[in-house]
Amino acid sequence: MFVNFFFLLKNEGVPVAITEWMTLMEALVKEMTGANLTNFYYLARAVLVKSEAYFDAYDRAFHRCFHGVQEHQLITKEVEEWLNNPLPPLHLSPEEKKRLELKLQKLNLEDLKKSFEDRLKEQKEAHHGGSKWVGTGGTSPYGHSGYHPSGIRVGGESRNKSALQVAAERNYQEYRRDETLGIRQFSVALKRLRQFSTRLEGPKTELDITETINETCRQAGHLKLVWARPRKNAIKLLLLMDVGGSMTPYSRLCSQLFSAVHQATHFKDFKYYFFHNFIYDQLYTTGYLNPNQTISTDYILNNLSSDYKVIFIGDAAMAPSELISVGGAIYWGMYNEQPGLEWLKKFKRHFSHHIWLNPIPQEHWSYIHGNETIQIVKKVSPMYPLSLDGLDRAVKSLLVNR
Amino acid sequence: MNKNTAGNYQGSKDYIVSNDLLNAVNIAISLERPLLIKGEPGTGKTVLAKSVAEALGMEFLVWNIKSTTKAQDGLYIYDTVQRLYDSQFGDKDVADIKQYIKPGKLGQAFTSSEKLVLLIDEIDKADLEFPNDLLWELDMMTFHIPETDATIIAKHRPVVIITSNAEKELPDAFLRRCIFHYIAFPNEQTLRQIVNVHFPQLEETLLDEAIKAFYWLREIDGLQKKPSTSELLDWVQALTIGGISPEKIGHEIPFLGALIKKDQDFELTLQKLHRLGKEPVPNKTNRNRW
Repeated sequence: MFVNFFFLLKNEGVPVAITEWMTLMEALVKEMTGANLTNFYYLARAVLVKSEAYFDAYDRAFHRCFHGVQEHQLITKEVEEWLNNPLPPLHLSPEEKKRLELKLQKLNLEDLKKSFEDRLKEQKEAHHGGSKWVGTGGTSPYGHSGYHPSGIRVGGESRNKSALQVAAERNYQEYRRDETLGIRQFSVALKRLRQFSTRLEGPKTELDITETINETCRQAGHLKLVWARPRKNAIKLLLLMDVGGSMTPYSRLCSQLFSAVHQATHFKDFKYYFFHNFIYDQLYTTGYLNPNQTISTDYILNNLSSDYKVIFIGDAAMAPSELISVGGAIYWGMYNEQPGLEWLKKFKRHFSHHIWLNPIPQEHWSYIHGNETIQIVKKVSPMYPLSLDGLDRAVKSLLVNR
Repeated sequence: MNKNTAGNYQGSKDYIVSNDLLNAVNIAISLERPLLIKGEPGTGKTVLAKSVAEALGMEFLVWNIKSTTKAQDGLYIYDTVQRLYDSQFGDKDVADIKQYIKPGKLGQAFTSSEKLVLLIDEIDKADLEFPNDLLWELDMMTFHIPETDATIIAKHRPVVIITSNAEKELPDAFLRRCIFHYIAFPNEQTLRQIVNVHFPQLEETLLDEAIKAFYWLREIDGLQKKPSTSELLDWVQALTIGGISPEKIGHEIPFLGALIKKDQDFELTLQKLHRLGKEPVPNKTNRNRW
């Protein structure tokens, strides 16, 4: 059963390693859980899962693995109340216990559960100190503070939620990685665009004073210069965003990403333009799509160096003519000499790295309205869903050396 | 003394611990592995370590990580500059390198004659490779000083607690050696307990109103930094010192600056208050007091 749990976790995508599994075994050998499923739930989670993003996956795996191990669930509020004003705990001498054990036959768990359910159905009020009903301080198999050789504890001391209930609640759903997310999480994902850049790019041009002093002293005063890479970020970012029309349902998501990029101060340069449905001769400089506030796409292609990382955001869902025909632009008066797809290819030729983020969930790409154009765009641009996971992969692909 | 190793941390007087956090702490202590704590800023990650130290009656060491901190700094520092000075003035015997080796926080924890709690605070601030550089030392609790050819072995394995704000992802190899816990934001009941622990004399009505206003603030859509536990505590203190009456709190949220720290958030909140017809008294000057 336990090994099964390991593979269930793997199936759910939780990265568990053998070393962590062995740590869990070590903990079990030390009997840290005391045969309690709830403790085991927390123990295994603390040892095996190392990010809150996987807590939900863990909950699902746990529930699937241990749902056979049911703890009592039938306890209603009313029954709890019967047990809330208990008799003092029943203390028995060993002889008395023995006598009781003989008198009350030991029950197996299945029978016990079944008769407990029956008893609950019959019982209408509180009973304490008795030998049949659910109550306290007696010798009935059901209740607490009493004595029965093989009874069921009902309420009383271990008031904690059962592990399965906790797992079934799935409190950590919102931390899942593949769900779409808020500004902060976007920012964290975008920060990765910095880390890689500082380590890999640029020559060693800065005098590392601390190291120079250290090395010089180590050589007893004989000067030795040490050079280091400047810790500046070399990443330049160009963001092109589809607004209006079919993008309206995703506007909140897009604006979250937009403000995350805006807050990120770590880029060497950051430029952003807007388009409607697709890119043509002109790009808008504001999100209001005002025809008077535009910039020529050629100007951008000619003036921005090819090391800008380009991110397109859009659903790429439109009528095929908007993408592949001359004059296909949706606005009257915005006649385009070249089809939209040609413009995208120009971007691809000019910039070394570009990706497309699509707010439509990936599993819908192949059949949603506009799927034809999504497929066409996907062939030209690497397309990722606009979720934390997608952004992660997108950022990685933007940093790969070509 | 020895019972400490079994892991029986039960929380301390001024720190409310949830059950699962309690479990995680005790698991980490008895398995002798570092405990990694993540969570929203201001949910008491750093305070936890202090509370553990107090509850178990151990000494408490903090190693604050900055973006420039290197793993080596935690082990020992070879003060080469001092040695250079000394060589010029001839004050000390420079051949004795030992006197220029200063133990870092981790080094101190290893050489301490008693078991202690070591907090490595905000490990994600440092360079990406930082956690990897500490793997061996945290695992084996030993390190070597080549300059003096000495090997430092921990007399007692310290209880290591590490906090992270998730600014950077930590390497897998490092994560695998840790016990992990995520401090979720406390629910209303726990939050009340926490405030009560810090302000036992607080009036019930004031607390009701404060918590109501606090959750209202947290619910506002688009806040960049939601107020958290530590901000609530600051705010409640401000309210009591300022002698604000409970009725006023929900109405005008005095000392808003204690809860909201970012300019944009501040504007957003004021707008919201305004739209609700509540007349916000706080303005910039009010904010600057906090």
